[in-house]
Amino acid sequence: MATTIIHRHRLATRLWHWVNAVCIIILIGSGLGISNAHPRLYWGRFGANFDHAWAQLPFFPAWLTIPAHYNLAISRRWHLFFALIFAFSLLAFMIVSLLNRHFQRDLRVRAQDVNAAHLAADVRAHLQFRFHDPETPGAYNALQKLSYVAIIFIALPLVVLTGLAMSPSMDAAWPWLLDLFGGRQSARSLHFIAMAAIALFTILHLVLVLLAGWRNELGSMITGRWKVPE
Amino acid sequence: MTRLIDRRGALLGGGAGMLLAGCDCVIQHSSARAILFKGEDIHRGLQRALSNRDALAPEFRPDQMSPYFRTNGTRDPGTAAYAALRAGGFADWRLTVDGLVARPLRLSLRDIGALPQRAQITRHDCVEGWSAIGKWQGPTLGSVLRAAGVRDAARYIVFTCADLYGGAPYYESLDRIDAFHPQTILAWAMNDRFLDTGHGAPLRLRVERHLGYKHAKYLMRVSAVASLDGIGKGRGGYWEDNVDYDWWAGI
Repeated sequence: MATTIIHRHRLATRLWHWVNAVCIIILIGSGLGISNAHPRLYWGRFGANFDHAWAQLPFFPAWLTIPAHYNLAISRRWHLFFALIFAFSLLAFMIVSLLNRHFQRDLRVRAQDVNAAHLAADVRAHLQFRFHDPETPGAYNALQKLSYVAIIFIALPLVVLTGLAMSPSMDAAWPWLLDLFGGRQSARSLHFIAMAAIALFTILHLVLVLLAGWRNELGSMITGRWKVPE
Repeated sequence: MTRLIDRRGALLGGGAGMLLAGCDCVIQHSSARAILFKGEDIHRGLQRALSNRDALAPEFRPDQMSPYFRTNGTRDPGTAAYAALRAGGFADWRLTVDGLVARPLRLSLRDIGALPQRAQITRHDCVEGWSAIGKWQGPTLGSVLRAAGVRDAARYIVFTCADLYGGAPYYESLDRIDAFHPQTILAWAMNDRFLDTGHGAPLRLRVERHLGYKHAKYLMRVSAVASLDGIGKGRGGYWEDNVDYDWWAGI
């Protein structure tokens, strides 16, 4: 039986995927380094050592942080430089994906995707390591769509906006950021939670790439060409 | 199959690990460092281009203040000179205003209290991540600079303090946009009392759109200068010169 090859990922998607992957790793590493300077999280407008912290974070070890030793100034340099690339590449990807109809075509969640029976069937298929509908192998399955939509339209914008809300200068320019998140320390907590969600997504994403066949999946995100599983 | 997954896992995990380790390698190179450090200028440029340069930092109601406002940095300058000034209730303390000004000034606390005052309840954000809300009062830095007749050639305002770091006075600096911002004040009162030693008595800077280390405490001298060259190592502040903190601390 001849192998079918389809063109699965457009150039813009592939470019953004890799720029974003590098940014995410550097931002999480440097962010954990910044967290080590004051590993306590608060809700509300203010929060310091004598106020109630809802979470006491661990001191993240050197092998997880950038730089690989405690240096708040250098962690901030990495974080704030790559935050610019991360935020503007996300914005560019969103605009291009609306124009080239990637979002409308591939990520539109339809009512039939999210009815209970379909979702249950999709979960069963995942548990049997079947990730593609043989009739439309190029389409994303329902769980895939939902997780991509959650990461692209909720978690990534949330991490950008909560990051901006921590800037004292941005708070003067755009005070609505503070109203939106309920104060700077709430924004800082949400920034951490969004990071954790992105980290969890990344791990699941990598596991599923392995299970679906990493050569084909990785290759398709580089060349765009994807071999339809037989 | 299991063995293959292990190898693939190691490959992908190893890629991320190498990227992290690579970062430490990259920053050893001065050109890479220079690019990375440009982030500060890009943030400052973007924020100033896309928003109102005179935008006011949020102000809060008295019931929104921190119950306890922690101290940081120097808690007490601990020098004989400072101890003597404090023992005299700062009656002998003077703020020197000099540099590129038409009329150099030496202001007592009484002189500073006689200038038009501004009181504001604002949030203090430490670079470490914590925030505290407190009330500050004092004249605007702009009114002091105008009284001294600051010259157009002055592009930066440098603050020199009574506390010592590595044997030399702490110093910080602002450009004219932040120096003349309506919320940039020389505060002598905090939460309706005279400043205490831990918070910078007798006078400290409040520059509300910046992180805490810009808010120089124990002020002794305000100088208008054309350039930051020759001030410390030339990057405009003690932390900027010695541990790579951003000079523009708006983010």
